[in-house]
Amino acid sequence: MQPFTRLEARACPLGLANVDTDQLIPARFMSRPRSAGYGNFLLHDLRFGPDGTPVPGFVLDDPHRAGARILVARRNFGTGSSREAAVYALVDYGIGCVIAPSFGDIFASNAVKNGLLPATVTEDDAEGLLAAVEAAPECVVLVDLAAQSIAVGDHAIAFAIDPVRRLQLLNGWDDIDLAQRHAAEIAAFARTRRTEAPWIVPGHAG
Amino acid sequence: MTGARTLFDKLWDAHVILTREDGESLLWVDRHFVHEGSHHAFRTLDQRGATVAEPALTFGVADHYVPTRGRPVIADPEIAGMVARLSDNAARHGFRLFGLDDPGQGIVHVVGPEQGLTLPGLLIVCGDSHTSTHGAFGAYAFGIGASEVAHVLMTQTLWQRKPKRMRITVDGQLGAHVGAKDLALHVIAAIGADGARGHAVEYQGAAIRALSMEGRLTLCNMSIEAGARCAMVAPDETTFAYLHGRPLAPAGEVFERAVAEWRGLASDPDAVFDRDVRLDAAAVAPTVTWGTSPEEALPVTGTAPSPQAGDPARAATVAAALDYMGLTPGMRLDAITVDRVFIGSCTNGRLDDLRAAAAVLKGRRAVVPGLVAPGSLAVKRAAEAEGLDRIFIEAGLTWADPGCSMCVGMNGDIVPAGERCASTTNRNFRGRQGPGSRTHLMSPAMVAAAAVTGRLTDVRRLTEPDREA
Repeated sequence: MQPFTRLEARACPLGLANVDTDQLIPARFMSRPRSAGYGNFLLHDLRFGPDGTPVPGFVLDDPHRAGARILVARRNFGTGSSREAAVYALVDYGIGCVIAPSFGDIFASNAVKNGLLPATVTEDDAEGLLAAVEAAPECVVLVDLAAQSIAVGDHAIAFAIDPVRRLQLLNGWDDIDLAQRHAAEIAAFARTRRTEAPWIVPGHAG
Repeated sequence: MTGARTLFDKLWDAHVILTREDGESLLWVDRHFVHEGSHHAFRTLDQRGATVAEPALTFGVADHYVPTRGRPVIADPEIAGMVARLSDNAARHGFRLFGLDDPGQGIVHVVGPEQGLTLPGLLIVCGDSHTSTHGAFGAYAFGIGASEVAHVLMTQTLWQRKPKRMRITVDGQLGAHVGAKDLALHVIAAIGADGARGHAVEYQGAAIRALSMEGRLTLCNMSIEAGARCAMVAPDETTFAYLHGRPLAPAGEVFERAVAEWRGLASDPDAVFDRDVRLDAAAVAPTVTWGTSPEEALPVTGTAPSPQAGDPARAATVAAALDYMGLTPGMRLDAITVDRVFIGSCTNGRLDDLRAAAAVLKGRRAVVPGLVAPGSLAVKRAAEAEGLDRIFIEAGLTWADPGCSMCVGMNGDIVPAGERCASTTNRNFRGRQGPGSRTHLMSPAMVAAAAVTGRLTDVRRLTEPDREA
């Protein structure tokens, strides 16, 4: 995984609460292999009408926001299904950071594992940021993970992130590698668990 | 570990292999369920040249993409490919699969409990957010993403930070024809779709103890819609009676030994929770969603809200939901007509759910089309043995094979664009049941009532004819 340090880019204001992962990627696209690229499926049914034509004025396709890599939304972003494909769609589209007052737990975990920063801000800061990037579409937003700050022009706000997730992103750590360093402890635990609770193995009869 | 502990503390402590200085713990996983959607994770394994660490603790279930009609042949090549890929992975890695040809096939969160794979005290994960369902047995069960599925497949462990503990106490008694689904929607509406975020929820109280296992499964299933990391009910005699004699549950002396241990899982009387919510079961009415988030739920006797109420951000959300759902502010919810109904899903596809719907439909005709998809083949066989299938068919509904079906819209069963569906499922998100679909969540009995009247209807008006509107 690539480390995440700073991101300087335009931002898309998505002024919706409870943006669920079904919106981020509708289920019907998820059988495809990741190698196909999931970027075109991002927010598909908000972005395209039933006949496949773009919805006029939808923020992702606003030419003033070309190259946007930051998404700003309201509370409970990424709620719903555990589908990591929602993160794939964001990442493949080019989004590196989502800023919102709160995130679905599984979404936030999936995000970090793919190098996407879920930055938690207060409700007031989210509203302020939405208004700022709404008013100035071509303005550049600077997200600094080490400093946990977001800057637009002269205005700076702080954001929160779980400290372990912050370190994972800053260092690009791989969870599986970290666990495999503890292979001996895992093996010992597995033996004890089977002895103390033999019923964890299905169909166990005495 | 000293001091009073909650049920969740006990589950957590029993699974910690090690805790790092930064507070992240490596947890042992007792049970890992995979379904067709796990193809991303198996691809990661292939890329790393890795194998499944604990095939005996890994179970595959074909549910998300399987067709509910015309089986076993799968006409759609893309769907056939998804189901075949899971079978290939099961064969290659040597774990038990409940595939299309298995008499135990069904929805993973229905199959686990009914096969006796879901047990108190276990740590259970699956790449599906509704894994919280299994907490109904007093297990620590939660949904994970594809990267975590790969992690569990390779190591049988997961890195986790301990969530906070939240207690939701439901005192009193639910009214007649008010069930676990109504309670679940009531809880989510009360605390919000992110009201339990970051918390492990334990349900306590007289109304919870009175629920059947099916009711507890429904309640824990829906808890993810309140943002809960996981939800649970302490195991009791109801739990042990349900488990006794299940095909893959422990048997004989091991079962007795396990029960003795499981009795100790309940929260200690003086255990402390980080957050406490208390609700009165008597205040719960038959509840329906009107909007596009499960928190947008109201008693069916209510009216659609006005976007003028509350702060501007909230007003915009309400206006957008009303617009998508094709509703006007202030309209009576029981004036909303429906185009079709769906009964099924991991929330409400169990035998008790089908019985509740059939009790309303018996001797009546549905005025709209509808699909009934049992949660598993075992549920299907049991329902047919009781004649429930005849009741559904005679009412004019379609009796199908088990799978996630119209809940997730992946297998071809969808609600056409613009149509409105009364549904026992768990999500009323935009397009969840198909692009442009409009979903109203409610209990199986309420869906049956909507089927026979063609509109959202207080089921009590059918079952208690003298009841005032």
